[in-house]
Amino acid sequence: MRVMKPGLFTTVQDLGRPNAISAGVPPGGAMDRFAHRAANLMAGNDEGAATLECTLSGPGLIALEPCLVAITGADFDPHVNDEPVQMWTSIFLSEGDELSFAGRRSGARAYIAVAGGIEGDRWLGSLSTYMLAARGGMHGRLLKAGDEIGIAGQPSAPAISGRQLAHALRPRYSDHTLHAIAGPHIKRLGAEGRKTLFGSPFSVSRDADRMGYRLEGPVLDASGDELLSFGLTAGAIQVPRSGQPILLMADHQTAGGYPVVATVASAAMPVAAQLLPGDEVTFAEVSIEAALRMRAAQRAALELLRS
Amino acid sequence: MRTHPLGDAALLAELGTRLDTALNTRAIALAAALKKRRDVRQAIAGYASVTVHFDPDQTTHDALAAAIKRLASKRPPMSEPGRLHRIPVVYDGPDMEAVAATLGLPPAKIAEIHARPIYRVFLIGFVPGWAYLGPLPEELELPRRHVPRTKVPAGSVAIAGRQSGIYPLSTSGGWHLIGRTSVKLFLPDSDPPCLFRAGDRVKFFAARE
Repeated sequence: MRVMKPGLFTTVQDLGRPNAISAGVPPGGAMDRFAHRAANLMAGNDEGAATLECTLSGPGLIALEPCLVAITGADFDPHVNDEPVQMWTSIFLSEGDELSFAGRRSGARAYIAVAGGIEGDRWLGSLSTYMLAARGGMHGRLLKAGDEIGIAGQPSAPAISGRQLAHALRPRYSDHTLHAIAGPHIKRLGAEGRKTLFGSPFSVSRDADRMGYRLEGPVLDASGDELLSFGLTAGAIQVPRSGQPILLMADHQTAGGYPVVATVASAAMPVAAQLLPGDEVTFAEVSIEAALRMRAAQRAALELLRS
Repeated sequence: MRTHPLGDAALLAELGTRLDTALNTRAIALAAALKKRRDVRQAIAGYASVTVHFDPDQTTHDALAAAIKRLASKRPPMSEPGRLHRIPVVYDGPDMEAVAATLGLPPAKIAEIHARPIYRVFLIGFVPGWAYLGPLPEELELPRRHVPRTKVPAGSVAIAGRQSGIYPLSTSGGWHLIGRTSVKLFLPDSDPPCLFRAGDRVKFFAARE
């Protein structure tokens, strides 16, 4: 495919490079893993193939060869040759067909999978773009007009157009409740602070990117003895001295010493990935068992796309 | 030892709360032992802790926590002393004057004290290639800057608390910059992509340029 318009912030992403964490390199990868996996499975790929992650606006692409694509995640109103097309559905593009996006209707990040997977530079075991080091994906940078996107290999399942994920099985992105599990330093908040964390609305500040989101709202007091730095994970909710929590996302710093009061359930991270500055968000405390049930439900939905 | 959930697929195992070489050695050994398990995806040693990413389809938080407690109670094998890196530093950092004024020591003395010990690499993290080095001699102990810099040049040699470090990339940072080095810490085209590893030793020496 040829890139006619790059979109605001379009990168190649897969499921990241977890083995590089011990070198201080963020795990990276698609922010919304459910949308990424679903797009791949609809296009007949393994769920870890690379996709395009499109932030806030979509690209304009022309198919140089016939191909099967699937678009998931945020709704940017996709069109093929100026005709609206369905999301969460595999669609066939003929040579010369133009895929474009009319504009953002909801959410932050859309994913485009192509049968065979997007080709890109492999760095430390992953095709994910990591711009700070200018490595991975499309030469470690954003897509730009004129780029040619290659296909990595053969799809693992037959190319079938119309493969679709039912509405009820898609994430409820409009519900900004993030289920979270109490973290190592939750006791520092006290009973009142814990009630504030789990229940009060926070809003996503302008300081929100692939590394993490600074949240605004009620001030949390997690002060206490200085902590020795320890390994972090995506979804961790840190409370620095300012008392305004930080939600860590895919390109998070790998270690830090701020208290971690809770961690967002892995099944709630797709919703987190679709938040934008100004969005209101509420954390709801869940047990590990409840979080794993949510995770299992998402896995079951994805399994339906394999059959 | 205590374990705490970090979501539904990771946990934090805390061996202690002190900045201590013996605790760090145990953390590194525990992380290495855990990495060999099939239900563990990744184990990262902190100063005195291990963050374990696991596969919830293969184990549960509680089962893994129990296994970690058993492993941690064993005496760690004798570890080899880490590799020694000699790092040249030009002690002319933008904060040198302010640090000298706060501590009431001349810059030359600060350089001498900073270059005196052999530091240990306690952990790699924060940004690619960053190493937390310590312990810094008590005479140089300072809290972090009130206002972090938005841009710290790559190669800056910095101190904060009882720690020292070298900025591998141009990033934001709140430590005091006392010098700079030409040695590259982040090596994006090597695997692993960093010069230092946890457990390595570092000796600074004063250089002209």
